Amino acid sequence: MMSYALDKPKTAQRQGPLAALARLLYRRPTLYLVLLLTPPLLWFGAVYLGSLLTLLAQSFFTFDDFTMNVTPEWTLANYRALFDLANLDVVLRTLSMAVSVSLASAVIAFPIAYYMVRYARGWQKGFFYIAVMLPMWASYIVKAYSWTVILAKGGILYWVFGALGLKPLLTALLALPMVGGNSLSTSNLGRFLVFTYIWLPFMILPIQAALERVPVSLTQASADLGATPAQTFRHVILPLAFPGVVAGSIFTFSLTLGDYIIPQLIGPSGLFIGTMVYTLQGSIGNIPMAAAFTAVPVVIIAVYLSIAKRLGAFDAL
Amino acid sequence: MATAVQFQDVSRVFDKVRAVDGISLSIEEGEFFSMLGPSGSGKTTSLRLIAGFEQPSSGSIKIFGQEAAGVPPFQRDVNTVFQDYALFPHMSVLDNVAYGLMVKGVDKKTRRERAEAMLDMVKLAQYGERKPSALSGGQRQRVALARALINQPRVLLLDEPLGALDLKLREAMQTELKALQRKLGITFIYVTHDQGEALSMSDRIAVFNKGRIEQIDSPRALYTRPHTPFVADFVGTSNVFDSESARAVVGAQTPFSIRPERIRIVDAAPATDAVVVRGELIDIHYLGSVSRYEVAGPHGKLITVVQANGDEEVSRRLEPGAPVTLAWERHAMHLMTV
Repeated sequence: MMSYALDKPKTAQRQGPLAALARLLYRRPTLYLVLLLTPPLLWFGAVYLGSLLTLLAQSFFTFDDFTMNVTPEWTLANYRALFDLANLDVVLRTLSMAVSVSLASAVIAFPIAYYMVRYARGWQKGFFYIAVMLPMWASYIVKAYSWTVILAKGGILYWVFGALGLKPLLTALLALPMVGGNSLSTSNLGRFLVFTYIWLPFMILPIQAALERVPVSLTQASADLGATPAQTFRHVILPLAFPGVVAGSIFTFSLTLGDYIIPQLIGPSGLFIGTMVYTLQGSIGNIPMAAAFTAVPVVIIAVYLSIAKRLGAFDAL
Repeated sequence: MATAVQFQDVSRVFDKVRAVDGISLSIEEGEFFSMLGPSGSGKTTSLRLIAGFEQPSSGSIKIFGQEAAGVPPFQRDVNTVFQDYALFPHMSVLDNVAYGLMVKGVDKKTRRERAEAMLDMVKLAQYGERKPSALSGGQRQRVALARALINQPRVLLLDEPLGALDLKLREAMQTELKALQRKLGITFIYVTHDQGEALSMSDRIAVFNKGRIEQIDSPRALYTRPHTPFVADFVGTSNVFDSESARAVVGAQTPFSIRPERIRIVDAAPATDAVVVRGELIDIHYLGSVSRYEVAGPHGKLITVVQANGDEEVSRRLEPGAPVTLAWERHAMHLMTV
């Protein structure tokens, strides 16, 4: 028989305060969880939820138009005021932009995410991650301002359309009601382009994460059973990636709903929910009305999530 | 009988690695054909070439006489049972099974009936409404089988379908699969690295090694007359003697192999024309019904011997380090041409 000379096993327990703490936490898992969760719960519960609830509470306070004073007298007047034509206009303008931006982002993001998951290998994968994240490294304001240059008359986009002989197409686009305007930088189309550009990474990454969890063998099984690529997409890939699309659209949707910079820089005049809140609490000091406006995206997202759940978006989770 | 699948000098190269290297074979209709080999031997790639998930780099693949190269999987008359089952997690078991009919546009009522009939066949009749995640491994395996068979394929491809099941279940499924194949008369092409599985179910087995086929034969021929040392060693265990160790043991140059169960541990050299080898017992592995003995023969050549237990005298007396005498009949040796 072969024999091996082994070192004597070290049976002695490790010493020191850290080792003692480790043993204590091992013996008391509840204490371990309490230590683990207390800081985030303090932050999330007290700071985050606390301020949100304060905000909601203030939306029921009374604002005196004459004295400009806020008094903690409960009223539904602010919410009623949301349905005034002028305010409803702001909500609908913001909402339609958020919906269009989310749809466009999903359509553009899906192929990119799909390529990242199914085809990119090695350095390509790293390249795509950085390419998707890189715009987020630059300041948001810088990007928004640079778009004003891109979209301006005499800017790059105009030049490209001109060089391709597509000027009439651009003119026709800008002549469309709702979408168009005097120039790209003062049109809803221009604003839509900027929003879609800025929020695209927030759509790509969740879809990519969702697709990452769909094994290749599922698409192969689908094809094996006779499904055309379109059927495989419709019945297997899309339903399984749908939670990612929903997650991404919550980002693009709520970020567009809450934005107050891009609407000031690009696009036609007319307030967005964000700019409205900014104006109400900044120059007027009508905090209750601003809070009521802030509640709008919260309600819309809640409704959106319940519809998504009804559609089965989270069944595959 | 028609030829179901024919490979003619097929190669599949991935970045300079020849996963499948110039393979030719033909599989008959109604045959239970196994592709056996270690991982990376090219058996799974060959299966994927038939399914259409891979395209051959060169050569021709014909499925029932029709060239398959360039034909996408969804236009092929073959279906696959995947190693990980690949059940759609967002669909019920019934919808999984009916999927093949659904994408072909079969109406809801018909596909429900046919899917229920398939589930009945694999003994999962009451499980239709469940999600695959609520099933055990063995049940998922049956769902995968029912789903692949609902399109009534002419060839069923099985990629190590029993790999994830425990031993008892695996043995039961082997019997069931074989019975199912006999009943349906469909060509089964079965990929496995488990030689026992291949031997017990197949009509013929192709042994794969490094992208090539070493031998295609019936299980019995493969076991009793392996053409190469690799086959002798991979299909069952075998003591392979190359020309050098053959000379030391039997005095002849021809390489040969001998199965461990054909070697006896004897007390004294028998009077017959048997081969007698002396050695030292290295180790004993008690395996229940049998014991496996590792013996160091002449020049340290390791010889494996398997003997049924129950001959208590032998098992009790032998200890590692003891000198032993081995004997085997000359006709039990399989001479190899290398």
